[in-house]
Amino acid sequence: MTWQQQLITILVVIVGTVATRFTPYLMFSENRPIPPVIKYLGKVLAPAVFGLLVVYCLRNVSITSGSHGLPELISLLVVTALYVWRRDMLTPMVGGTLCYMVLIHLM
Amino acid sequence: MNEHAVAGADRSAAADPVDTPAVAGDYAADVADNHGNTRDGKPVPANQPESKRGTMVTALRWAWPNTLPVLTGYLFLGITYGVLMATHGFPFWLPIVTALVIYTGSMEFLLVGILSSSFNPLSAFLTAVVVGARHLFYGIAMLGKYRNMGWKKAYLIYTTSDETFSVNYSARIPQDEHVDRGWFYFWVSFLDQMYWVAGSAIGGIFGSLITVDLRGLDFVMTAMFMAIFLQQWLQDGTSLQHVAVDHVCELIGVVGSLATLLVFGPERFMIPAMTVILVSLLAIRRPLERRSKSEGEQ
Repeated sequence: MTWQQQLITILVVIVGTVATRFTPYLMFSENRPIPPVIKYLGKVLAPAVFGLLVVYCLRNVSITSGSHGLPELISLLVVTALYVWRRDMLTPMVGGTLCYMVLIHLM
Repeated sequence: MNEHAVAGADRSAAADPVDTPAVAGDYAADVADNHGNTRDGKPVPANQPESKRGTMVTALRWAWPNTLPVLTGYLFLGITYGVLMATHGFPFWLPIVTALVIYTGSMEFLLVGILSSSFNPLSAFLTAVVVGARHLFYGIAMLGKYRNMGWKKAYLIYTTSDETFSVNYSARIPQDEHVDRGWFYFWVSFLDQMYWVAGSAIGGIFGSLITVDLRGLDFVMTAMFMAIFLQQWLQDGTSLQHVAVDHVCELIGVVGSLATLLVFGPERFMIPAMTVILVSLLAIRRPLERRSKSEGEQ
């Protein structure tokens, strides 16, 4: 990418992000009730989207070649164990990332 | 990114996201009683601020302890982001500027990869919308709380992040001390943003000096999404018996994404995946709402 293309990419990302932040305030006035279907989606969409984002991060992992996705699998198990144990965000992020860096260094 | 914020997110998700009129009512009552006495009739402390400056300072004093857990998380993640940008060969100011104006950790991590690949603005835009989709629901939840905030409102909306949302949504702002809600929210939002920018600056400036092997550092993003996913999972129930029913939303997310990934491949599966997830969630709305209703009656 040239620097102009990078600039356009960044601007486009800003517009997309800002749009998601302001849309609810523009769509729903402060005094009118929110449609039930939007309320419902507000509750159920988040858990599904984070599942999608985990898959998105791992989309280029090949289970048939290379290290067969083992470093990713083991590190995700470490993240899970640390989260269930500590119930905070930072410990699993640090632990899982360190584990992953060590594993791909060794494998 | 921390226990406090996580606990906040737990509470916020458990509560009805639009259950805010009570808060607005409290605020109105608080203002109405702003003439010398606190609610329980005690006189207002002598240091009760009257000036605008005093209002700002009082709110800051109450707000900043709430942001301390975010400080740790944002500094760490911000530094990681700055280092990642630096090791991909980008100038030191780029992570600082993007941290300030985009200010969405997950999207910025993705941006490193996007800027390093070929030019595709439409895909970048759609990724930003998909990743930012959860802000739509933060917005719905905060509609009532950010009501009547004047000029601060635009800034509060602009700086809504996962953590700022959690803190501001769950904050118990003391009524007796006459802490101004608007300034309280403002300081939480502002401090959080500054932590993030400071971390990115440290990472961006010193990242290029690091000589150790940093391959795999980008796994931090996977770990973050996984941790948020687990948080959702555990708050939707821990029973093994009803796994498929309790976690139907999480399972739709994972299975829908994996299926579309297999069919469309890694470069093109995001839009189909979002469509499949949205349609599936809308399809199970009636049974799901009937179930939560019958649970509420029990």
